[in-house]
Amino acid sequence: MESVFHWISANEQMIYILILVIFLGFIVISRVPTVLHTPLMSHANAISGVVIIGAIIVIGRAEADNYAALILGFLAVVLGTINVVGGFVVTDRMLEMFKKKKTKK
Amino acid sequence: MGLSILTLIYIIAAVTFIMGLKMMSNPASARNGNIVAGCGMVAAIFGTIFLYRNPDGNLLNNHLWIFIGLAVGAVIGIMAAKKIKMTAMPEMVSLFNGLGGASATLISVIEFNHLADQGFPDPLSSGSTMAIIFAGIILGNITFSGSVVAWGKLSGKVKDFAFKGQHIINLILLAACLGLAIFIGSDLHSSSTTILFYTLFALSLLYGIFFVLPIGGADMPVVISLLNSLSGLSAACGGFLYNNKVVFTGGILVGAAGTILTVLMCKAMNRSLLNVLIGSFGGGASSSADSEDGQYKEISLNDAAVIMSYANKVLIVPGYGLAVAQAQHACHELEKLLEAKGVQVKYAIHPVAGRMPGHMNVLLAEADVGYEKLLEMEQANDEFSTTDVVLILGANDVVNPAAKLDAGSPIYGMPILDVELAKNVIVNKRTMKPGYAGIQNSLFFRPKTSMLFGDAKKTLQSLAEEIKAL
Repeated sequence: MESVFHWISANEQMIYILILVIFLGFIVISRVPTVLHTPLMSHANAISGVVIIGAIIVIGRAEADNYAALILGFLAVVLGTINVVGGFVVTDRMLEMFKKKKTKK
Repeated sequence: MGLSILTLIYIIAAVTFIMGLKMMSNPASARNGNIVAGCGMVAAIFGTIFLYRNPDGNLLNNHLWIFIGLAVGAVIGIMAAKKIKMTAMPEMVSLFNGLGGASATLISVIEFNHLADQGFPDPLSSGSTMAIIFAGIILGNITFSGSVVAWGKLSGKVKDFAFKGQHIINLILLAACLGLAIFIGSDLHSSSTTILFYTLFALSLLYGIFFVLPIGGADMPVVISLLNSLSGLSAACGGFLYNNKVVFTGGILVGAAGTILTVLMCKAMNRSLLNVLIGSFGGGASSSADSEDGQYKEISLNDAAVIMSYANKVLIVPGYGLAVAQAQHACHELEKLLEAKGVQVKYAIHPVAGRMPGHMNVLLAEADVGYEKLLEMEQANDEFSTTDVVLILGANDVVNPAAKLDAGSPIYGMPILDVELAKNVIVNKRTMKPGYAGIQNSLFFRPKTSMLFGDAKKTLQSLAEEIKAL
């Protein structure tokens, strides 16, 4: 039991972030109109590619001769980048079509 | 100094993610929102590469590896995103999502190996750290294999597959993953830890496959949204591991937003999330509707052109068939021709028409169809009774009366477009084969309904010719 309390106090900031961001995510999304659901999903997907930062840290920390870590980390960076870059570009392509309508009117 | 600049960059990046999502809620600001979040991401990535310091105070190494990785990923990502056809977009999103999950898994694997090499030193390999590593692996792998299966299914490469007792096997698999994670954590120094760890790795991959395989048809958008939220959570695990608040915030934000989106979609289809989760849909395609094979009547292009030209109001119901045939431009042409003849033309958009919510809106927007012409389901249902002709273009399950009438149907309870309230219904399909969910549609055999077979694009073009010739 004590270890649980210890863990909570050790990770106090993260727990605050967790709770606040969950509410934030709920509120921000619940006002999105159906029209934008597909672009939104794609956009959120691109943001989840933020894990790329973790991948960069992992590979940047690896010893220069630890090839297992380097190769896995390299793979993680490539996959994460595809997720981020592809996600934002696809979303932009979808939204471009909405934009075109707006300027025409 | 560098480190505090990095902290500032991370804070700004987190704000851009939230702003981006917020701006996505309005069509006018959505594109900028996407760009804002993208800029935040780029800043966070480069800030990390040049400014991040390990707990021991050293900067990151292996820059060459990182830059090659970024370049390769960026080229593949841009090429894939630019080349993909708008119809194949849902698959693409699913695939991108899966890759993000894989990336999160790899991080956990490397971190595990890193700790294993040091013999699991005490403060570093605390129970909570290990729990987060295992959570990262399980969530990331489910996202990866599940998304790949979803991609395969949407692009028609993988067929629906279910066997008896699959729900139970799925639950056992999930329980096995959790049990195994606890077991490994309870005795890290055991000699079998590494083997068990990779067993956990394999089991969670397997679970992702079994989780998505039996789910068919109309539930696919829900699954992709759910997997999207899982990939957010797996990213958050990575953020927690490195006490990296921007990764954590971004991951949780996507996890929460994805969950809400999933729930909204479930509501639109009147089905519970639990029902979707245990994969009960589409598996047992018991169909009392099969016996309903009856007579249907065909309509000639000429007749269709005539009744549409002399109608007061025409509602078009687009579906996946329209997307496959890339018929959105032909559809817009037809709409303009009819309007020139004084016919009021609108579109009735079911929330889950196509393969993703909003799929139809995006397609029609591409063809320059005006916003005000797109009716949401409730509005459309109010208008059907005053409509002369409903033209259904490759939509099936979203207009299937079985959702209202047949309690044994897998789509029973899903709200549908009440096209039968209109005076005439013309259905354009390629063949009489049942739709994506594999359910026969009794609408096609109703007296009001006439069938117009053919590829949506070709049919619309010929229809336009006929109308011009009238």
